[in-house]
Amino acid sequence: MLETPLLALHKELGARIVPFAGYAMPLQYPAGIMAEHLHTRAKAGLFDVSHMGQVSVRPLDGDMASAARAIETIVPVDVVGLKPGRQRYGFLTNDKGGILDDLMIANLGDRFLIVVNAACKAADTALFQSVLSPTCEVEPMDRRALIALQGPEAEQALARFAPAVADMKFMDVIQTDFDGLDVIVSRSGYTGEDGFEISVNDADVERVARALLKQPEVAPIGLGARDSLRLESGLCLYGSDLDETTTPVEGALEWAIQKIRRADGGRAGGFPGSDVIQRQFAEGAPRRRVGLLVEGRAPIRGGAPLFAEVEGGEPIGVVTSGAFGPTLQAPVAMGYVATPYAQTGSAIFAELRGRRTPVTVAAMPFVPPGFKR
Amino acid sequence: MTTYYTKEHEWLRVDGDVATVGITAHAAEELGEIVFFEVTAQGAIKQGDSAAVVESVKAASDIYAPVDGEVVDANPSLADDPSLINSAPEADGWMFTLRITDASQLDGLLDAEAYKALIG
Repeated sequence: MLETPLLALHKELGARIVPFAGYAMPLQYPAGIMAEHLHTRAKAGLFDVSHMGQVSVRPLDGDMASAARAIETIVPVDVVGLKPGRQRYGFLTNDKGGILDDLMIANLGDRFLIVVNAACKAADTALFQSVLSPTCEVEPMDRRALIALQGPEAEQALARFAPAVADMKFMDVIQTDFDGLDVIVSRSGYTGEDGFEISVNDADVERVARALLKQPEVAPIGLGARDSLRLESGLCLYGSDLDETTTPVEGALEWAIQKIRRADGGRAGGFPGSDVIQRQFAEGAPRRRVGLLVEGRAPIRGGAPLFAEVEGGEPIGVVTSGAFGPTLQAPVAMGYVATPYAQTGSAIFAELRGRRTPVTVAAMPFVPPGFKR
Repeated sequence: MTTYYTKEHEWLRVDGDVATVGITAHAAEELGEIVFFEVTAQGAIKQGDSAAVVESVKAASDIYAPVDGEVVDANPSLADDPSLINSAPEADGWMFTLRITDASQLDGLLDAEAYKALIG
């Protein structure tokens, strides 16, 4: 089992440790998932996300525009137009338009920093190296930790050590210092709240984490609450809600593909699966990712089949993520349905323990986002 | 009344031929905050069959029949306040009552001391 440099701290804090994507990670601390979730929405939560992959892509000739164009051959978003000091969401696609991984890409001025999912980082890094290495140095930052500070009071807590963060807006990224340590900070996260992700050397991360945990606003938050927070906020978990068989259009991620990369855009296509994806932009896709609200208090979980009718018929879709939403105090889920059922308000059924339970297709996010735009 | 325990972290308090069944404090702690409880069995069930389900924020878990029997009642308080399973797992957070049809199976269950040894 792989370890993050904060494992000893998690244990000291009383975390329940579970395997996740090959890493020993904290599922929850003694406060519990419900309290951790609510604390993050009310104040500030500290997450260890060091299992995620961080990859530096530096153009050998210093030409960021040509590096951006090279990245665009595997990532169907506008990388050329991503300004220094900005980050955006994207994904890697295969030749069928399926999603190989979703990622964050930041322009650090002289290089790109790409953050990828733990389970995909070896494959992603190999792909970056094979496509980009003729012109770029592709370096997996294996000695780099990543922590997230999320919630409405994250800014005030972090600004005590890194005052520059107070001037950042959502999806800004800066290189700054945290009490004398070099850090890369982005104003982003995976909770739907305002917040930051902080990339720091392995050797320094415990010092940063302990300093933040001493702030009155901050509590440690495990993977359990991370999952319920992202689900309430309508954010996808790769491997559950997105995979190699789901396209960006099916995944309701059209917003992530800027006009310039779509048909008739200035740099249309030129990425794996662009024929499939552009056709789906024009004609729609056979299924679509939607939010699902459930009557009653029994959560529906990933894997539950969805039906159009209370009895009989073939499944029209499947739940891909489901949990009890501590902020909503109600079950929340997302899944894929055949496109005719994808409209908000569509009344369908989920099979739960052999019975069909009414569920309603709902707009996401389920809770309003707290981003500082 | 005698209280028995199972390796599946349930307790049952036997009064005549009726057992009141719940989960132990240890199990409640392991599951985390319970957000939903439902008895799923109807009529006669066999030892080891799923009798009920508890849902935490994170996952669903089955509650098994500790012995052969028939489910008589579900705890009505749990519909409104399933967190009783966390706050009072071995008292007000009881789950259901079971009319025991094979009392000899009780001999194969654990007593408090053996259960304590099991969870360490």
